[in-house]
Amino acid sequence: MEDDRQWPLYEVFVRARGGLDHKHVGSLHASDERMAIEHARDLYTRREEGVSIWVGRSKDITASDPGESESLFEPARDKIYRHPTFYDIPPEVKTL
Amino acid sequence: MSAATVGVEASSLFRYVLRLADLSLILGQRLGEWVGHAPALEEDLGLANVALDLIGQARLLFTYAGEIEGRGRDEDAIAFMREHTEYVNPVLAEQPNKDFAQTIVRQVLIDAFQTELYERLAASSDERLAAIAAKSVKETRYHLRYSGGWLIRLGDGTAESHARMQAAIDRLWPYTAELFAEDELDRTMAENGIAPRLDVVQAAWSQRIDALLTEATLVRPGERHYAWFGKHGQHSEHLGYILAEMQHMQRTYPGARW
Repeated sequence: MEDDRQWPLYEVFVRARGGLDHKHVGSLHASDERMAIEHARDLYTRREEGVSIWVGRSKDITASDPGESESLFEPARDKIYRHPTFYDIPPEVKTL
Repeated sequence: MSAATVGVEASSLFRYVLRLADLSLILGQRLGEWVGHAPALEEDLGLANVALDLIGQARLLFTYAGEIEGRGRDEDAIAFMREHTEYVNPVLAEQPNKDFAQTIVRQVLIDAFQTELYERLAASSDERLAAIAAKSVKETRYHLRYSGGWLIRLGDGTAESHARMQAAIDRLWPYTAELFAEDELDRTMAENGIAPRLDVVQAAWSQRIDALLTEATLVRPGERHYAWFGKHGQHSEHLGYILAEMQHMQRTYPGARW
């Protein structure tokens, strides 16, 4: 249950510069999306950390359950053939 | 002083730049009082950011004023070592914070004024002033976005927030007349292309404020003026308290450094 005397929580994502991905930097409280952008600007980009901001309500994010980690992630552990490490790289290819 | 300002006496330009500087200084100092007391941590930082922008503008302007004056005073000497009647900010800037509604309304009125003024000052015949204005207008546009957002949110909010916002606008409105009351110095600056005419600034300001008030479901008060003239050094009793706090360190430890 959300406490309605508190502003809702938002997650903040900042793009450090053009060409990079938005990265999660933290969260904050705000009464609406516009205020969330302003707060994010004041909290997370005051030292020129970004050129673009995304915000989204924390409650809209669905997280994986740590209790399910075994079945979600461990099956990938022994599938080493999924890493592209079994190819002989032709000597002509320089930038791979 | 840049060549473009020939034709205007240095003492006039000095006084004009000082008015701009004092507006930013005193409003910035006022906003700084919220630090540690704002209604939410995020707002604390938001208000402090605006305050720091304003102090930054004041620093650039005081430094320039010192150079025009040519008596070796730096930004600190001018900012801190003057008497009460030597400050030439409009009286609106020194009005107390009171509740958040009063703070926001004072901010909206001045943010809109600075935005319209700086936009035009950016085309000043005085290159230095034009450069400072061009930098500052980017800040004040954001300030107005921030304060305007709150004006709308609280004006069009609950019955209590609406009543507090309307009370704030009714109380502060008469102080806005001074922003546009043109005197001899304003006229000289306008005639020499250094500053815009204040009636032009007023028309643009008025349009902006009307649009915001309408969206905030607030009523623009009738024209009622106070005979204050902060820009001639006539201040309300509030300025004395601001200066006492602001000047305490400089006067107790003259020339102190970090």
